[in-house]
Amino acid sequence: MSVRGGKFAGFPHHVIVFLAPATIIYTMFMVYPLLDSIRLSLYSTDGTGAFHFTGLTNYITLITDPEWSNAFWNALKNNFKFFCVHMLVQNPIGIMLAALLSLPKLKGRTAYRTLIFMPTMLSVVIIGFIWQLILSPLWGVSESLLGFIGLTDWFQPWLGQEGTALLTLALISVWQFVGIPMMLIYAALLNIPEDLTESAIIDGATHWEIFWHIKLPLILPTIAMVSILTFVANFNAFDLIYSVKGALAGPDFSTDIMGTLFYRTFFGFQLQLGNPTMGATVATMMFGVILVGVLFYLFVLQRKLRRYAL
Amino acid sequence: MLKKIIKITLAALLVMSMLATAAMAGATLKIESWRNDDSEIWTDIIIPAFNKAHPDIKVTFSPMPPAEYNAGLNAKLAGGTAGDLITCRPFDASLELFKKGYLVGLDDLKGMNEFSDVAKSAWQTDDGKSTFAVPMASVIHGFIYNKEAFKELGLSVPTTEAEFFAVLDKIKADGSYIPLSMGTADQWEAATMGFQNIGPNYWKGEEGRKALIAGTAKLTDKPYTDTWKQLAKWAPYMGKGFKAQKYPDSQNLFTLGRAVIYPAGSWDIATFNTQADFEFGAFPPPLPAGAKKGYISDHTDIALGLNTASKNQEAARTFLAWMTTAEFADLYANALPGFFPLSSHKVSLKDPVAQEFVDWRNTHESTIRNSYQILSRGTPNLENQLWNVSSRVINGTMTPEEASKETQAGLEKWYKPQQ
Amino acid sequence: MPKTRQAISSMAIHAILVSYMLIALWPIFLTIINSFKSRKAIFGDPMGLPGVDTFSLKGFEKVLLRSDFEIYFMNSIIVTIATLALVLILGAMAAWALSEYRFKGNKLLGLYLAIGIMIPIRLGSVSLLQLIVNMNLANTLTALVLVYIAQSLPLAIFILSEFMQQIPKDLKEAARCDGVNEYTIFFKVILPLTRPAIATVGVFTLVPVWNDLWFPLILAPSEKTQTITLGVQQFIGQYVTDWNAVLASLTLAIVPILIIYILLSRHLIRGITAGAVK
Repeated sequence: MSVRGGKFAGFPHHVIVFLAPATIIYTMFMVYPLLDSIRLSLYSTDGTGAFHFTGLTNYITLITDPEWSNAFWNALKNNFKFFCVHMLVQNPIGIMLAALLSLPKLKGRTAYRTLIFMPTMLSVVIIGFIWQLILSPLWGVSESLLGFIGLTDWFQPWLGQEGTALLTLALISVWQFVGIPMMLIYAALLNIPEDLTESAIIDGATHWEIFWHIKLPLILPTIAMVSILTFVANFNAFDLIYSVKGALAGPDFSTDIMGTLFYRTFFGFQLQLGNPTMGATVATMMFGVILVGVLFYLFVLQRKLRRYAL
Repeated sequence: MLKKIIKITLAALLVMSMLATAAMAGATLKIESWRNDDSEIWTDIIIPAFNKAHPDIKVTFSPMPPAEYNAGLNAKLAGGTAGDLITCRPFDASLELFKKGYLVGLDDLKGMNEFSDVAKSAWQTDDGKSTFAVPMASVIHGFIYNKEAFKELGLSVPTTEAEFFAVLDKIKADGSYIPLSMGTADQWEAATMGFQNIGPNYWKGEEGRKALIAGTAKLTDKPYTDTWKQLAKWAPYMGKGFKAQKYPDSQNLFTLGRAVIYPAGSWDIATFNTQADFEFGAFPPPLPAGAKKGYISDHTDIALGLNTASKNQEAARTFLAWMTTAEFADLYANALPGFFPLSSHKVSLKDPVAQEFVDWRNTHESTIRNSYQILSRGTPNLENQLWNVSSRVINGTMTPEEASKETQAGLEKWYKPQQ
Repeated sequence: MPKTRQAISSMAIHAILVSYMLIALWPIFLTIINSFKSRKAIFGDPMGLPGVDTFSLKGFEKVLLRSDFEIYFMNSIIVTIATLALVLILGAMAAWALSEYRFKGNKLLGLYLAIGIMIPIRLGSVSLLQLIVNMNLANTLTALVLVYIAQSLPLAIFILSEFMQQIPKDLKEAARCDGVNEYTIFFKVILPLTRPAIATVGVFTLVPVWNDLWFPLILAPSEKTQTITLGVQQFIGQYVTDWNAVLASLTLAIVPILIIYILLSRHLIRGITAGAVK
């Protein structure tokens, strides 16, 4: 993997041609606006709306002032729970579905794959709406379904209780996004050269053994990538909770995650005025958390896995 | 594959550049609003009426999705692309816009004298010196009930709290209806339709509201704790799983005839008129034991301001001045029953239930929601806290005393007169 | 392996897939059937099919008669396709450069190109709007396309470079030994090889762009540039009560994307099977 035909040190022009368009558009319309706003976290506003440079004061307030820090730690904690549910439910289901779909001679593969991916295509407005209808105790959809299997008594207003609301929302999100790990892992499984598995089949290994001993180790890099994508997506999540529970993420902030905390702080809510400087502070903290995860992936996970996998 | 992609891209870019339109010039006024429900009323009734007198000024009503309004409006104002006329929420949200220079002062607008000081107070600076929006309407809280179900169960309209709970008990004992249609999932329902609805009877309306602002009353005082105690008593009469019941659920429960009493805001009347196929009426918050005088929440809710960056200042002022006339008040009040005009013009309401609500102004003392003026300026935000604690009190996960303590502690954290 | 065991295991596999498919589709099915029912029927019997007395097209009538549905639809199609095409080609080029060539700052640039998915995008709204206004692009579809490209690139590059790293070395080296230049290698060898991943990324890009409400709202809210997702929102009021109108407008907004996806997925699957390294 060497760079060839380099005219100036380290940067041959084809590399520049490949990279420049993406980098330029991305820098202009993504990085510039974001950094321009993140800068606000170092300022405070006064009554007239003028900005004053205050250094790290906002960060100190966010971490130490109980009015802010309680909300912040609560959101961070909830966000980790939200992420754990995705890791424990979404990704294993995604891997399982991908493994089943990639089995040789499976009939109806296309139909399954297309249909299972459908929820991922829907907007969050519709997903929030339909699941609220389904889970609502008033209209009785879930209750009568549970009735079929004799579990009517087990039914509760899950979306409205402090102990269950976050879990329920996380599972709705899993339902929506399970297609993503499925597709990525499916694509990776298809990339495995057949000669690697053929000899095992001749030796009489079962599909299960082949998956477990041959395929799984080979797709570990993809699983790691799916995990980090899940991490990034979850710590940036916002829409579903906002559309179902509103910006106050009730009951008693039990469904508040970083995204809703950011939105509430930055744009304000009801009588609470938007606070761009504290909002930018929250966003920077989100960035920090996600960056730590991504760095861990890039410099630890990815390197280790590459060494073992290929 | 690559060629195809490039072809498609080029074609798309071509179409895009053809569709790209520069900002339109000329006297077209654009109204920013969160009331996309009223879109038809503005386009079909109000704007045509205005155009009869002023055919040269074009007006378009362009509402945003309500959940995105505050965020979207602020971004557009900062970016300089917001419309000429801005629909304003009461108090600080709009005051902030005025302070930042996004809204024009309107004291010299023709017709502003049609509004009382109370009506203007929600869109004024703290010292009352400048007004920056034309008040459009207030909303009144109370209870809406299903008249047919009342007749069927032999119930009469309750005037005291004892009677109120007797009625609820009877409905519950009968078993064919849900007595009270309210949920706590949206939180604001508990605070606004619950706490702010019945509370004024306890804290004596304006007297208590002003005392909180002055710092002479505390949220740990008896009137406030008692309000939450009353709310806590509602839970057994609410629908199954009310913790996951959202506002539209509450409305639907009532209009589909499954619940009998609905803690209401007057704006619900319009929705109920089109959706309920039975007759319904309204009663004011029942009086607590021993109380002689009733209080109602008659809350200044919506106004229209003028964007400083508008290029059509004159036309916009013409429109705003027209909004102070009796003609507008009459059109608006009758097109949107439940939104009551704030100007001093005499308006006759054609909707009987809306008339019932507005009649309470003669028999009761009016006040506005106690968390709106000044008290929700700091962190923690009092209004947000009221949502939170009111829903928890009804859910039974917090006692009324704890609710008092938490909100008072929040206020003391930043509000000088309460410290 | 005995035949019966094989049959049982294949049945079990289908049973799992079918049951998951039902979980995935049932709520969508529920949305669609209820959009054809009257409000009363939605709540009276949410799971029932629309019957003679419950059938209602009221919601659809309202949406189709009171909005420029075709314009919204065309806008969405244009924005989505332009974004998709540019993201895929630009993203693949960048991903290739990052995963193939070792140069100074490679990792750093890779990280830089991923920042976009680590910060809530709404944070930059005001700066972005000001930039768009200064470029005289407010209320144009071009503004939306540019923003969506920038927004989608990080994920596209991230996923594609992961897949490009897995391309066996000998394929590239063989081409290089023949003296083929780097552009040809990329377009003739690498792009076809990564089609499964590109197709996947295409779908991932499509979804948020089509469903986005926020940027159409602040960057291009004019009547002529509204997208379908923004356009149908006007029928979802401050208090969402009229559920059959809501369900109808939501159905109208999702049906096109589902059709596009189904059409696309046929190509996609051909791409996946053709691209698999065998």
